[in-house]
Amino acid sequence: MSPPAAESYLSDGRTLWSWLTTHDHKRIGVMFLVLTLFFFFLGGLFALALRIELLTPGRTVMGHLAYNRMFTLHGVTMVWLFMIPAIPSAFGNFLVPLMIGARDVAFPRLNLASVYLYVLGASVALWGMFEGGADTGWTFYTPYSTTTGTAVLPVLVGVFIIGFSTIVTGLNFIATVHTLRAPGLTWMKLPLFVWAIYGTSIIQVLATPVLGMVLALVALERVVGAGIFDPARGGDPLLFQHLFWFYSHPAVYIMVLPSMGVISEAVSAFSRKNAFSYRMIVYSTLGIAFVGFFTWGHHMFASGQSTFGSGAFGAMSMLVAIFTAIKIFSWLGTLYRGSIAIESPLLYTLGFMFFLFFGGMIGVAYATTSLNLHWHDTYSVVAHFHFIMVGATVMAFLAALHYWFPKMFGRCFPAKLANGAAVLIIFGFIATFVPQFLLGNLGMPRRYADYPPHFQSLHVASTAGASLLAFGFLAIAGYLAWSLRHGALAGDNPWGSEGFEWRSASPPPTHNFSTPPQYPTGPHEYSREEVPHAA
Amino acid sequence: MPPEAVTEHWGSEDARKQAAYLGMWVFIATEVLLFAALFTAYGVYRSVYPEAFRAAQLTMEVGLGTLNTFLLVTSSILVALGVHAVRGNRPGLGGALLLSAALLGVVFLAVKGVEYAHHVKEGGLPGDAYRFTEVPRVGASLFFTLYYLLTGVHALHVTVGVGVLTVLGVRSAAGTFSAAYATPVELGGMYWHLVDVVWLFVYPILYLS
Ligand code: HEM
Ligand SMILES: [Cu+2]
Repeated sequence: MSPPAAESYLSDGRTLWSWLTTHDHKRIGVMFLVLTLFFFFLGGLFALALRIELLTPGRTVMGHLAYNRMFTLHGVTMVWLFMIPAIPSAFGNFLVPLMIGARDVAFPRLNLASVYLYVLGASVALWGMFEGGADTGWTFYTPYSTTTGTAVLPVLVGVFIIGFSTIVTGLNFIATVHTLRAPGLTWMKLPLFVWAIYGTSIIQVLATPVLGMVLALVALERVVGAGIFDPARGGDPLLFQHLFWFYSHPAVYIMVLPSMGVISEAVSAFSRKNAFSYRMIVYSTLGIAFVGFFTWGHHMFASGQSTFGSGAFGAMSMLVAIFTAIKIFSWLGTLYRGSIAIESPLLYTLGFMFFLFFGGMIGVAYATTSLNLHWHDTYSVVAHFHFIMVGATVMAFLAALHYWFPKMFGRCFPAKLANGAAVLIIFGFIATFVPQFLLGNLGMPRRYADYPPHFQSLHVASTAGASLLAFGFLAIAGYLAWSLRHGALAGDNPWGSEGFEWRSASPPPTHNFSTPPQYPTGPHEYSREEVPHAA
Repeated sequence: MPPEAVTEHWGSEDARKQAAYLGMWVFIATEVLLFAALFTAYGVYRSVYPEAFRAAQLTMEVGLGTLNTFLLVTSSILVALGVHAVRGNRPGLGGALLLSAALLGVVFLAVKGVEYAHHVKEGGLPGDAYRFTEVPRVGASLFFTLYYLLTGVHALHVTVGVGVLTVLGVRSAAGTFSAAYATPVELGGMYWHLVDVVWLFVYPILYLS
């Protein structure tokens, strides 16, 4: 047990300036953590406002335009400012170099630039909010987005800039993993979290430029009437959907792959077992990254695309489900007969697996054209993607936050409180979104401020669930903030984890390692008994 | 020579170079996808309005486009020679070659400007501003929009490239680079070749029919 000595990255320069100009990947990770948490909070406030409006039919607290702006803000903040950057930019930055035995990422100055790009993009988008805010939804569908009179432009420009931040981060991770692995750390020894971030980075650098261009085109259309997506000028609004989903479907894997990486780490650490079929997890990560590019048309079944197209996109979508299933089996295999420690990260992991499985199965049902036409643009789609994105990304984010909190800050948090909050959050999610599946199935469309009275009981149930969630998050914020100063000192490896990142001190010193780490064994090696085999 | 602290982070200059190269390739991949969205749009609308696109293409100034192709290819060759010279420990010559390539880039932009001026005079403007009577509005105005987008985004890249080549050329002439440390020059060269290659796709689809 060494107390957090003065040499940790946290105490290396205490001024604000030393943080704002740092090249240390750990500090950059912590800055991203703070920023993404802030936007998660903001997005959560918008969400509560929406749920309160939906508590009763008719006007409750806001008018229709305010409601439209509110769900747009909620979507934009959650998707672009929280879910996409949260795990890669915060935890990825902090952990990837530690896990591969490097002193920093490949391009530390670019890394700092990505923080500033993110802040700039977020500010521009938020400024749009004060200008009145967009009312297009996070998908910016044309021709509405090119004709509505609201402040779409700043939001487009903001998201465009954030896209650059994403690209820079992804580029950095790819170069880091390729060139900075410590001697002896081969590809097949990489921790699964690193693989997940690597796969995510590939999607980020390949898909984001297309999104950037599409947003630029919509912006241009608003400014000079370019006509690319406007049927009145000979353009085609469907082209927007194709290009948008070419990015945004892979983008859902930008959100879920890093989560899967976190879960792979946590499952091993809290069942004290090797990852079951490490290779299959790696290959399925790459498989998801690849197939994710060929499924975008499943968002367009109701757009009038060809039947053949729908069939092909449906079939490709199901491939993703197979890769995901491989991962779920492998996590279950890891848990099976492990010596399981019920700690908060594991509770979130179990929540994650439930949400991913349930939401994914429903995704498969949606990828069936006939069923999709019944559910398309209803609340059940809202429930599906919240189950899978919020259920998965937020669960994994919370798992990561709890698992690596001692690593990052050298302190522990009150375990019982954390377990209680985890249970509250998981039930809060279920209570919030299960009613939404039912609402959608009954025909309640998404993105409406008003509804006929017979939907009310389900909406009330959903709002009640959302309040449970809000309490859960407040509790977490409370005890983690308290633990930053008053938590018990954690020591270097409080979970007794075999993850590579725990081989440095907690919190790590500025250049990560006092002695160069060695990698004689693979990652997540818990059971070291020699299996006898023929020579 | 690269700063000490940086090499220390890497262990060796070789490892650093490898990362820089990889980073550049990934960046080039993102650039290609950026243009891919525009090429896709072009392909789609060309198949929807084949006649209007052909008619609009006939009004392009093939001569100026060809001249620009010639300028860019030549400058790309100069850059390649410049990189070669720096690698061969002749940074002075390398610098001169890079600067002349940058100069050709400037001429390229000037020619582009002349072309734009012609279009503006004729009314071949994007979107709402389209006033060109020679070719029917529907379809042709989309052609012109895409024309400005493709050449405009490309010209933006040329402008950045001219800046990069100028800085590299001046620093090379000042003796910053040598056979032992040529990575920035090599990366700048890669970027310029990208700009050139993109144009080799833009040119035929816009000017030749
Ligand atoms: C694994 C992570 C997944 C995430 C993060 C995710 C996320 C999303 C999101 C965000 C949407 C809504 C988009 C919108 O706003 O319109 C959506 C819709 C959809 N998802 Fe998923 N999804 C996942 C998995 C799957 C799988 C495995 C399938 C199919 C096998 C699938 C099929 C669909 C379909 C067909 C829709 C469109 C529904 C409609 O609009 O009618 N999803 N998903
Ligand atoms: Cu999708």
